[in-house]
Amino acid sequence: MQSLDAEALFRTLVEQMRPHVSPDTALVGIHTGGVWLAARLHQALGLSRPPGSIDVSFYRDDFASKGLHPQPKRTDIPFPVEGADVIIVDDVLYTGRTTRAAINELFDFGRPARVDLAVLVDRGDRELPIAPRWCALTLPDPLPASQSLQLESGAAGELTLRLIDA
Amino acid sequence: MRNPQLNKHGELQHLLTIDGLPRDVLTAVLDTAAPFTEVAEREVKKLPLLRGKSIFNLFFENSTRTRTTFEIAAKRLSADVVNLNVSTSSTAKGESLLDTVDNLCAMQADMFVVRHAASGAPFLIAQHLLATGRDHIHVVNAGDGRHAHPTQGLLDMYTIRHYKRDFTNLTVAIVGDVLHSRVARSQISALTTLGVPEVRVIGPKTLLPTDVERLGVRVFHDIREGLRGVDVVMMLRLQNERMNGALLPTPQEFYKVWGLTAEKLALAKPDAIVLHPGPMNRGVEIDSSVADGAQAVILQQVTFGIAVRMAVMSMLAGQQGSNK
Repeated sequence: MQSLDAEALFRTLVEQMRPHVSPDTALVGIHTGGVWLAARLHQALGLSRPPGSIDVSFYRDDFASKGLHPQPKRTDIPFPVEGADVIIVDDVLYTGRTTRAAINELFDFGRPARVDLAVLVDRGDRELPIAPRWCALTLPDPLPASQSLQLESGAAGELTLRLIDA
Repeated sequence: MRNPQLNKHGELQHLLTIDGLPRDVLTAVLDTAAPFTEVAEREVKKLPLLRGKSIFNLFFENSTRTRTTFEIAAKRLSADVVNLNVSTSSTAKGESLLDTVDNLCAMQADMFVVRHAASGAPFLIAQHLLATGRDHIHVVNAGDGRHAHPTQGLLDMYTIRHYKRDFTNLTVAIVGDVLHSRVARSQISALTTLGVPEVRVIGPKTLLPTDVERLGVRVFHDIREGLRGVDVVMMLRLQNERMNGALLPTPQEFYKVWGLTAEKLALAKPDAIVLHPGPMNRGVEIDSSVADGAQAVILQQVTFGIAVRMAVMSMLAGQQGSNK
């Protein structure tokens, strides 16, 4: 697999999204990579509403078999969801189950006017009918299940992507 | 021997007492409770974690606050909650505790929340479930006799951590009727496990258990001396209903010597917080000016109690060892 330049992918994503957002568009990042990405997008796109963050631990569909994530983070939606245009932001899209959980959680805060999905990388192998509206890179071949792509954020918010063999 | 509350992966199977639970398990409950506090502010105050689970509140002893907060916690996790009150149940007709449990198991119970006047009743139920191969059913002790009230102990710890951040530099005083108090036992156990360097127990000799020092606490029989310089004051309720014999003269007399007044509280650190497990006897163990004052965090305890009980129930129901 070619090496992934997360910063270049980020610039691609910004250019894809720019024509479609208004200052009132609200971003919600999924913990943890999506939160970093949402913070950068918020700045680059010049949005007015502060970005929100979601930890989907309480909405996962594998709770009964896997239990609770040991240290769930706080979900924080700092704007009224009712009637809002919301973009859910995640670093890597895989089965789609996390996205489903995030949409469910978002609706417990109110009824948004519209929900879209923006991701940096689509690694393939979806298990639900979910597709991103914006995606900087779709891997031509799905990653093997034994591997994972992880976004990391440096001290100044610079993004890097690492391929990890489990 | 393995702690009967933990499964073979070291996860909570039942919550019966704080005694013997490792620090990381207590910390995990507090960490898990933190994000649950925010659910109350949502449009929909509900999470889908325990959807389809049946939780039976088995209260063999009266309680309003504890039963209500357990009920709210379970409902916010989307569980189905059934409240059984002893006065209307078949126990009054002579059914044994374990027969009651077996009948509820036949109704596909997933969890029991148990309050009982007899110390050890929740443990007996947990043992019975294990012996009959029903270890997918969980038991939470909501107060048994003079023994333990672990969720109260945990919500007190959550409250202390919320205001004081760190346990390892605190001096904490527990004041009042320790002898009859299951809350005090759970508090002492939790405080020492979480690394509080000085736990003080303050009360008259007749209301302190003999050898209470062996729990690792400093004993004071003078409330003014005991409160000096403390960070946290944990008041206990004077348990009139558990009192037999002449352990103290009158409630008025008790208030004069042991009641927490603004003047006595001034001996603690200026930023000391005051906790009380409720229900309060104003003018007996606590003066209204303190109960309603800026240092009291008594109502916050109630709110945090819901989040802590949500954390406990979701950790029990969602652990890997259960046969799902």
